[in-house]
Amino acid sequence: MIDKFFHSVSLDVDLCKGCINCIKHCPTDAIRVREGKASINSKFCIDCGECIRICPHHAKTARYDRIDVINKHKYNIVLTPPSLYGQFNNLDDVNIVLNALLLLGFDEVFEVSAAAEIVSEITRKYIAQHKEDCPLISTACPTIIRLIRTRFPNLLCHLLPIKPPVEIAAEMALERAIQKTGLPREEIGITFITPCPSKVAYIKSPLGIKKSEIDYAVAIKDIYPLLLPFMKEVDSASMNDLVETGRIGIGWGESGGEALGILRDDYLAADGIHNCIRVLEDLEDEKISDLSFIELNSCDGGCVGGTLTVENPYLAAAKLKKLRKYMPIAVTHLDESLEGELAWDENVEYEPVFKLGENMKESMLKMARIEKLEKKLPGLDCGSCGAPTCRLLAEDIVRGEASKKDCIYYLKEGVQKYIEEINIVSKGMLLGNNEKQVAALQQYIVEASQKIFNEHYGDQMEYSEGEDYDD
Amino acid sequence: MEDNLVFEYVVSREDFTRAGEASADVKKKLKALGVPSGVVRRVSIALYEGEINMVVHAYGGNITVEITSDKIIMLLKDKGPGIPDVEKAMQEGFSTASDSVRALGFGAGMGLPNMKKCSDRMDISTTIGVGTEIKMEVDL
Repeated sequence: MIDKFFHSVSLDVDLCKGCINCIKHCPTDAIRVREGKASINSKFCIDCGECIRICPHHAKTARYDRIDVINKHKYNIVLTPPSLYGQFNNLDDVNIVLNALLLLGFDEVFEVSAAAEIVSEITRKYIAQHKEDCPLISTACPTIIRLIRTRFPNLLCHLLPIKPPVEIAAEMALERAIQKTGLPREEIGITFITPCPSKVAYIKSPLGIKKSEIDYAVAIKDIYPLLLPFMKEVDSASMNDLVETGRIGIGWGESGGEALGILRDDYLAADGIHNCIRVLEDLEDEKISDLSFIELNSCDGGCVGGTLTVENPYLAAAKLKKLRKYMPIAVTHLDESLEGELAWDENVEYEPVFKLGENMKESMLKMARIEKLEKKLPGLDCGSCGAPTCRLLAEDIVRGEASKKDCIYYLKEGVQKYIEEINIVSKGMLLGNNEKQVAALQQYIVEASQKIFNEHYGDQMEYSEGEDYDD
Repeated sequence: MEDNLVFEYVVSREDFTRAGEASADVKKKLKALGVPSGVVRRVSIALYEGEINMVVHAYGGNITVEITSDKIIMLLKDKGPGIPDVEKAMQEGFSTASDSVRALGFGAGMGLPNMKKCSDRMDISTTIGVGTEIKMEVDL
């Protein structure tokens, strides 16, 4: 299968030390260490960014656009996520951020949270009209859609088929800019300030829609230091009032915020990719009933927990709470004539990437081999072979992507046997006539085997077990 | 047939946190085999209900799951009190679960009916004071 998806999460090979931190934390088991470097299987990767979070050498990175996209077009629009506002200390008015972005060089700013309020409204309607598909699963987090697409085919029917706020924001901002300037589409640039790599991947390879209107994604952590001096320059007495969002829209920045926007209490909100997977497993097993809505955010704490943010997600969420305290409930409302344009225009299909074989027979044969192999492996899940678990090494071997020799326990056994054999052979030779010659040969064999042994274990580990076999 | 895949699981007594391990593992394996998602769903629901029953009503037991090229056979054997009236137990909403079990959200009386609904064939053999053996088959 050719992987047609763009991934933001990627590897800086030079920085990778080949340690096993990332393989142990990847929720889809997409990473292996091969020949001393990590490699990400792009078919399995869902751009959650967990490996970026865990990598101690910063070898896992996110691909996104550099800040120079600000002036790339004649007219440049910037889309701000609510998570951005949670990054700043003592921020008491969203207008300060929005005005600072204009001072930074953007021609127009549009809040994603304004579009989020529209999505909240349409979600309320959708729930009321589609009881049979409930609980509906939110589709604002692209990682969740990618996860469901590859692992939970039974749940595709629960996905809320509404464009995410970021897309609706782009469409609204674009329409406004064209009306205002009369410029053609290609002279207008749309940049999203992203909290995570997942949204970058969405922009390049969206699911549920054919093409995203967003042209660029810059990271919160990149724009944050540039924005601070301009925020100080903004005069709060004379700044423009640009805010079009209320409490519902701002709430989307943290876990549970989207669910609050549906104004019902029969919902569930989970955050953190592993927690989301547990919820989806339970939903698949029909252990969840009587809920209308399930909000899932791949990052801990919601979008404020994205890997491209700067602030501790829980502090950021606390700041958002304070910021929205005196805001109106909602400011931007659904224009019913545009309702049709807010729906997905493409189905999300199941991608069975984890399937073992082309057909049932082949898969069964492969699984039988995996079961057999797994029993021979030590079961320590040490990760030294480059696979996260012994089971997955067995799977890799059967898929033809690894060898049994990758297991160091298996290798150690082999090398020990080799040394034993050499010792037996050399002892036999001692019984020969030319003692001097035989001793030299024995010396040579022992040294050679020790060399092979050291090569397998590296020089940092001076292993002397070979001596045990000398007598 | 030697091509069949056989998986064995032990269900431990009175451990709700572990009930569901067998069905979760089987679900993962069936997905890896490329079994149609509707079948995966039915097998994992039936097996989960069975696992819960083995914890709620019996003192644990053993599960054997056999995957052949045309069906999935689940054999659940428990050590327990047995079912005095199978016909009654098969009725939706009938439950003998204790209050403490109900407090945990189990014991709605849908276990056996759901297992029957999700499988193509189900046989129950039970001996009072010894235990219950349930065989379920789901066709591919």
